[in-house]
Formats: sequence, C-alpha cells, structure tokens
Amino acid sequence: MARLRQCAIYGKGGIGKSTTTQNLVAAIAEAGKKVLIVGCDPKADSTRLILHSKAQTTVMHLAAEAGSVEDLELEDVLSVGFGGIKCVESGGPEPGVGCAGRGVITAINFLEEEGAYDDELDFVFYDVLGDVVCGGFAMPIRENKAQEIYIVCSGEMMAMYAANNICKGIVKYANSGSVRLAGLICNSRNTDREDELVMALAARLGTTMIHFVPRDNAVQHAEIRRMTVIEYDPTHKQADEYRQLAAKIVANTNFVIPTPIEMEQLEELLMEFGIMSVEDQTIIGKTAAELAAEAA
Amino acid sequence: MQTTEKIKPCYPLFGDDDYVKSLGDKRALFEEVHSPEKVYETFMWTTTQEYQDLNFGRQALTVDPAKACQPLGAVLCASGFHKTLPYVHGSQGCVAYFRSYFNRHFKEPSSCVSDSMSEDAAVFGGQKNMYDGLANARALYKPDMIAVSTTCMAEVIGDDLNAFINNTKKEGHIPQDYPVPFAHTPSFVGSHTTGWDNMFEGVIRYLTLNNMEGKEVGSNGKINVVPGFETYLGNYRVIKRMLAEMDVGCTLLCDPSDVFDTPADGEFQMYAGGTTMDEVKDAPNALTTLLLQPAHLEKTRKYVEGTWNHEIPKLNIPMGIDWTDEFLMKVAEVSGKEIPDSLVKERGRCVDLITDSHAWLHGKKFALYGDPDFVQGMVKILLECGAEPTHVLCNNAHKRWGKATESLLASSPFGVNGKVYVGKDLWHLRSLCFTDQPDFLIGNSYGKFIQRDTLYKGKEFEVPLIRLGFPIFDRHHLHRQTTLGYEGMMSIVTQLTNAVLEQLDRETMGMGTTDYNFDLVR
Repeated sequence: MARLRQCAIYGKGGIGKSTTTQNLVAAIAEAGKKVLIVGCDPKADSTRLILHSKAQTTVMHLAAEAGSVEDLELEDVLSVGFGGIKCVESGGPEPGVGCAGRGVITAINFLEEEGAYDDELDFVFYDVLGDVVCGGFAMPIRENKAQEIYIVCSGEMMAMYAANNICKGIVKYANSGSVRLAGLICNSRNTDREDELVMALAARLGTTMIHFVPRDNAVQHAEIRRMTVIEYDPTHKQADEYRQLAAKIVANTNFVIPTPIEMEQLEELLMEFGIMSVEDQTIIGKTAAELAAEAA
Repeated sequence: MQTTEKIKPCYPLFGDDDYVKSLGDKRALFEEVHSPEKVYETFMWTTTQEYQDLNFGRQALTVDPAKACQPLGAVLCASGFHKTLPYVHGSQGCVAYFRSYFNRHFKEPSSCVSDSMSEDAAVFGGQKNMYDGLANARALYKPDMIAVSTTCMAEVIGDDLNAFINNTKKEGHIPQDYPVPFAHTPSFVGSHTTGWDNMFEGVIRYLTLNNMEGKEVGSNGKINVVPGFETYLGNYRVIKRMLAEMDVGCTLLCDPSDVFDTPADGEFQMYAGGTTMDEVKDAPNALTTLLLQPAHLEKTRKYVEGTWNHEIPKLNIPMGIDWTDEFLMKVAEVSGKEIPDSLVKERGRCVDLITDSHAWLHGKKFALYGDPDFVQGMVKILLECGAEPTHVLCNNAHKRWGKATESLLASSPFGVNGKVYVGKDLWHLRSLCFTDQPDFLIGNSYGKFIQRDTLYKGKEFEVPLIRLGFPIFDRHHLHRQTTLGYEGMMSIVTQLTNAVLEQLDRETMGMGTTDYNFDLVR
C-alpha cells in the first residue's frame, strides 16, 4: 500500500474551500481511494455534502458534553458518507468566545491517539478555516501531519492577498519541516483573464495552478441537496472538472517551499492584469471638494 | 507580645491576648461573619449523608483535585536525565510553581527555566522567546541537553515546539546537533502523570527514533526500567539494588534520585546523576523494558513497543509481596538469571514482619487516594495484610483503571467493602470519611484537612492521616522512603502498624479511664 498522503486545504473565507474539497474528495473516492476529511472550522460545514447532513456533530461538542475529550471513542466522532469517505469535524466555539484554534489541536491530537489514521487510508484532507490566523490553525501543517498544502483562490484581489499570506505561514513551517506548497486551485469567479492571473501568481509563489475549476450552477444545484456534483449528477461536465482536479492531485509531485511576495509586487501583478489601476499619487489624502476645486 | 528575647512563631503568638483581641475585632468589624452557631450548624450539615448526595452531584467545581498539571511531571522527568535542564516554554509563574512544589517535597533546590512568555508572546507566538531562551539557558547553565515542555499559554495559542526548536537551530542560536527533546504538555489535559509520560516519550523519541539502525533487541543483555512519575527516592535505589543482587544489568531510564538528594559538601550541584544520553541510545538493545507504573505510561508503551520492538511484560507496580514476586520472576525469566538467596531471605523477612504485625492491621479500615499505580499498589498491600480498603479514590485515572481496581478488590475477602472512585476529589473523600468512617486515611499532605475536619466533629470521628504519596510538604524526609519491593512493603507495613499503635495509645492514655489498655508491650 502507498504511503498515507495528508493534504491541507487553505484559502480566503468564502472562496469555496469546503465545496471544492468535498467535490474533490468525492472524485478521489470514486476512483477507489480511501479518504478521511477532517473539518478544521468551528462552522463545521466541511462534511455536509458527503454526509447529506446539516452539520456533523463535532469532536469538541461531544467532548464538552462528555466532560472531556478523553471520554470519547473514535466511533463517536467519525461518520462514513458517500464513497466510504470518513468524516470528522473538529468543531469549536460560537463566534466571539473561546479559542477555535485550540479546538483544532485537541481534535487532531484525539484522532491521532485513537488511531483514526489507520493503514487503510490513502488520503487525509484537512479543510481549514480561512487564513492561518493563529498557531491552532497551523496544527494541520505541523511535522508529521499534512505535507501538501493546496490553496483555493480566484482572480479576485482579496483571494490572492490571502493566498500570499497563507504562503507566508507555510514558509515558517516549511523551513524546519517537511510541509510543502503543492499548488493553487483556482475556483473561478469569472473575473477577467482569471486563469492567466492565477497562473502568474502561482509562478511568483514558486508553484503551479494545479487546476482551473470553472464556475457552474450544477455545484449549487447539488449543494442545495447537500450533495457533491459527483454524487448528484455524475455525468455532468462539472463532475469531470473535479475528476480532473482529483487526478492531478493524485499524480502531483510538485511540492515546493513557497516564495511569498511583498505587497508591492502583488499590487504590481494586479495592475499588470488590470485588476487594480495604477496609483495616482496626486490624489492621495484629498477630499472630493479639494479635487473638485483643483479640476475647476 | 513579640519580644526579641523570646521570638514566637505564629503559633503560639496569635494565641496571646493582644492578637486574640485584634483578630476578634477584625472579624467583628470587617468580615461580616455569621455567628459561631450558624457556622457550626453549617459545618455539621456538611458531614451528613444529605450533603454527601449533593456533593456527589456536583458538576462545575473541583475542590482539591489530588493531582497536579502536566508540565510538573515533565519537569520531574527531565530532571532524571544526566546534565539535563528542564525548560518550560510558557509563562514564568508556572515554573515558579513547579520548582516550589519540588522544593517543598524534597527539601532540595529544583533547577528549571522558563522562557517567560508575556503579552507580546501571546500575540505573536513564542518563537522569539525560544530563540533567546534556549541560547541563554545553554550559555548560562551549560547543560548537555535541554528538555522542553509547555504551559497552557503556549498550548492555547498553538505554538509548535518541533518547528520552533528547529528554527532556533537553523537561525544559529544553538548548534544544529544540540539535543533538545520536547513534549507538548497542556496543563488542562490529563495530570502530572500524563506529563511525565509525554516528556519521557519525547526524550526517548528524540534520542532513538533516527538511531535505530544496527539496534538489536537483547544485544546489550540489560533490562530497561521506566519508573514513571516517582517521588520516593528509595524506589530508584531499591530497583537498582535488587537487579544488582540478581546480577542483571539494568538501565534505569530516568533517575532523579541524585539530583534531589545532593550532599551538603559546600558545592551547589545543579546537575547530579541521572540517565545519560548514551544509556538512552543503547536502550533499544536491551532484552526488554519494564514499566514500573504501567497505568500512566501509555504513550511510552506505544513507542517502546512500536519503535524499539520490545515486548513489554504485563506487570503491576511492584508493591506488596505478590507483585514484587511477579516482578522479580519476570526479571529472572527475561534475563535467565536466578533469584539470589539474598532476595529470598529479604522476602522471608518481609513475610515475617507482616506476620508479626498482621493482628494489628487485620480488619482495620483504610480510605486512600493518590496516583493510579500507587493506589493500586496500596490496595494490594492492604489486602495482603488483611486490612480493608474502603474508599479508594483516584482523580487522574481512567475508567479502565477503575475496573481493574474493582476486580483487584473483588479478588480478596478483605476487599468486598471497598468502593472505587475515579475522577473524584478530596472534597468527595471528606464526605465519605464522615458518612462511612474509615479508621485511617492514606494519602499526601492535603489529607490533613480531612483529619482536622473529622476531629472537629468529635474525637471519635477523627480519621488520622498516614502520609504516603506525593506531595508530602509537612513532614520531613519521607520522600527518602521506599514503597517498592519487599523493602517498600516492610517500610509501609511499619508505618501503617505504628500509626495504628499510636492511635491506640492516644485513645488509651486517659488516666484512670482508658489506661487499662495503655500497654507497654504491643
């Protein structure tokens, strides 16, 4: 059996990480691989399309009920869904209280200690909340955990900022460990020259755009039914897009220490592609009235 | 009145008229206390069955948990390695607490550093603290190895020790090949025994994981012994002695018996004795590894079985006759050496001693608490003496331990009245000592408050404390005792029997009332 591959998916909030991850994982499972998804987001929406459920009961929720995480068994937290995909949600506090990052640490430690990463598995995917905001959300990329990081992004400015920031986070761990950037997944927002722009960013970061996932309403149609496209409409062309993404990830060997760029370089890149207009130094700090007076 | 000619400590000073008046005024004028009658009434209510039922229904509060936190165990573990500095990544106050805990128990200095994380480290992560901390600790205290554990603060913000330590080396603050094993020891998970297990696994992992080439089980002909969280210095010594008498090569993996017992010869020894790195690196070559406290060495067991490929024998803590027998017979079996006459004789003496005293211990009821393996060992000893363990409490054990302890009790007619309490605290035990009064209480120094409270209810309700366990702050040198092996059994039976006899003397000292039994010979 091949070595277990552990992958973490990061990306700006709302970019479609969870949807992309679940469709991707469904495609990998469809190809006969054994996969575990670990949702690392207090929202706990990383497994709903696989399990057809609103939200899976999370490790932290169960731990809080039982008194401590030591009182839990693996079967309490692990559910099996479409294609035999194993699902776990770490869970965490309501917005505004507590520490969601610690929840991620606790949940992953628990899974390791309880032997969730058994020999049967081919892949583990960590679906991680937005940015690497604190040490807890970097837990999946600590040594001996995820070694491949995929960043979901689009041609939108903030998504690219976030991708670059995430690379800064990865570098901290990559320098001393074996975690590597494995590619950008472009989840299209139909912006202008999106594929070229994301490819250019990928090149600057030292990696590639592993796949361009076009925008298609089939994803939403499936999502309303709490399903992946792969399961809902396996003949749809969008399903093939996820299959291609899956095949590319399965075959991927291009793992690098990313080379994040400075903010200025990123802005230059955006200007080059016309996402951001060239800055007019003369207008900075001037009110509308002042500008009107100047124009007159 | 305090005078320079005759300086009084707080007792009896606070009993002098001026202090009595001052303290009385303070209570009356500022403290808004209830009347003594009301306080007494409430106290008496806390001794009832009704209160006990409420007490056991308690959910959101722990009173006196009878355990300490993970990094405390990690520090003890780190101290047991040769020229090793325990280093706690986190806040300074935590480390002051660990050090004072060991100071008070061992009456010895405890060397340990922190990298003093504060507000900015909590926001930006503690990597910079580690850069400076490791460099400074190495330069100032010149250890051969620094063993890193963590406090809650570092754990909540998710500091990654592996990455931080590697970065510290990469940035050149300490040499690339400088040994810095580490363990994540969040205080809010498990207890001091979990922390010991984590730190120990961290040390052996660091020193052996990438050194397994050419290692062969049995090739050094020795036996490894892992003590676990052990604060009886005599226990380290008795294990070494017994194995030496058997002529079996023994590597005690973690041995702080010298560093917490340095001689007063005018030289401060920051490091003394301890298991060397070479001994750890050679440990995979041993015949096998024996875990003296298997109930809290789960992580160690997994690593030793998985990486060293040792078959760890199923043994209990070697306390009492049976379990010491089993321990020695296993050593004989693994090593192929005979158990020597000296140990046979020692066993005989131990049996003789038990026989001499058993009449006093027979049928006496004991409540006891402490760390999981110690408590099981004590239950075993009590049963072997014909004494009755009644309330058996362990806060930091798992449910499986509870089941195992229940079947241990069920294995003897003296255990039938025993009840096991897992995850309960000393306030629960206090209730039990009122509603189902044992003759004695066995535990650490914190049990003295149960003795005080039971005495307050009335002389006949007093449950005297016999100090066995950790920590013992209020009696001297008990940490030098032995609790393991036949030697440990003899020491414990001596302590128990004399506690019974002293209590009997106290009760029969009444001139002309009870002194018909105030006997010279017992």
